[in-house]
Amino acid sequence: MVGIVGYGAMIPRHRIKVEEIAKVWGADAPSYKKGLMLWQKSVPTPDVDTITLSVEATKNAIKRAQINPKDIGAVYVGSESHPYAVKPSGTTVAEAIGAVPDCHCADFEFACKAGSEAMFVCLGLVKSGYMKYALAVGGDTSQGAPGDALEYSASAGAAAFIMGKTNLIAEALETYSFMTDTPDFWRREHEFYPQHGGRFTGEPAYFRTVTGAAMGIMNKAKMKPKDFKYVIFHQPNGKFPLRVGKMLGFTKKQIEPGWLTPRLGNTYSGSSPLGLTSTLDISKPGDMILMISYGSGAGSDAFVWRVTDRIKEARDLAVHTTTLLDKNQIFVDYGTYAKYRHKILKNK
Amino acid sequence: MFPSRIWREMPQRYRLEAAVCKKCGKRYYPPRLVCAECGGRQFDTYVLPEEGKLLTFTVIRTPASQFSDLAPYAMGIIKFDDGLQMMGQIADCDIDKLKIGQKMRLEFRKIQTDDTHGVLSYAYKFIPKWY
Ligand SMILES: [Zn+2]
Repeated sequence: MVGIVGYGAMIPRHRIKVEEIAKVWGADAPSYKKGLMLWQKSVPTPDVDTITLSVEATKNAIKRAQINPKDIGAVYVGSESHPYAVKPSGTTVAEAIGAVPDCHCADFEFACKAGSEAMFVCLGLVKSGYMKYALAVGGDTSQGAPGDALEYSASAGAAAFIMGKTNLIAEALETYSFMTDTPDFWRREHEFYPQHGGRFTGEPAYFRTVTGAAMGIMNKAKMKPKDFKYVIFHQPNGKFPLRVGKMLGFTKKQIEPGWLTPRLGNTYSGSSPLGLTSTLDISKPGDMILMISYGSGAGSDAFVWRVTDRIKEARDLAVHTTTLLDKNQIFVDYGTYAKYRHKILKNK
Repeated sequence: MFPSRIWREMPQRYRLEAAVCKKCGKRYYPPRLVCAECGGRQFDTYVLPEEGKLLTFTVIRTPASQFSDLAPYAMGIIKFDDGLQMMGQIADCDIDKLKIGQKMRLEFRKIQTDDTHGVLSYAYKFIPKWY
């Protein structure tokens, strides 16, 4: 059996409220909050990027895994905000945790599912016996264009998972991927902000793909929504995961522990992976967890996890995700946010 | 910073690797080539803890241009349990509430970007301990 040996999260401390963004663009904050079901998002400071978030999340995963980082045979970071256009984020992550030089490394990209893609590949590499442990990280410091609907949700955070065969915290019982060419969201080379297809991002893209992946994996595993204690969907806003859950027959209670977007924003590649970390933080041995990511373009990776006894000793070996999310928040105004996110043009 | 210097200092900056003299046991961070106590040239590597206490600090209000987005910020020296000291920037804090003796946690951060085209340099900063 393969699965998760260690998991960890990292979320920046700074937050901006929907009201603060709406004020600048003359938008109606209550309708944005209701429409997106989201009231604030995390903001990375200028010294935080996908690499620093990935390193901190990975250190937390290593604390829970209690392994020697030298035994990690692959480092895969999934993101749509890799700091370099050419030079993998994973090189710095691997160097910082001491997994070099006996290590395979690549960066993954697939909009918001780059992290789950890395998880998928790591499980395969470990299962094949190719390596003892493999590290998958999903993390982003995403940007929405000023004034665009995405600016209210695009946030920052990362989750890391070390996959292995022994001492598992959660076993991967089933995996499945659903993927088509659906151009709902994209960013061309050299463009700073992404473009999206407005309402097209909903029905034919997110909902079709997520339900396709959910039904595909439940068929494969011969399971029904009631067989799962928890479910995590990708959460571009607060509303979509609740709606897709209802369409598939899941309850709000099953979704809630991993439903972080209302107070975190959309962490893109970190979204469903971070939801999995906060769900593992409160789960019990034997709990079945369904996780469905979504990446625009478009595809979903699906996983059925079964939590093991080791969760009891492992969960408190590193900081819980809700501690990072809900404690010690630092609120910033739009001016500070614009400076931090380099939205202000300065003289060189 | 030159890529060669960033690369050379990765063990200490990325992994907090310090050196302990094989002959007399004196510890160094950053590591050195020759022991100042005994002249020894052989060292073992050990990794610094992730927490220390704030020994002293100062507030920078007029920084070099590459740090202007962060001003005003505090630079501090922390002391680890084994007596070693380290200097670095204090992040995510209210500079008016910093107190000598308070516990600090080390966190991996981006230090310099070298404009928009150079190599990014990373290292640890200090964050007031909050969990
Ligand atoms: Zn010596």
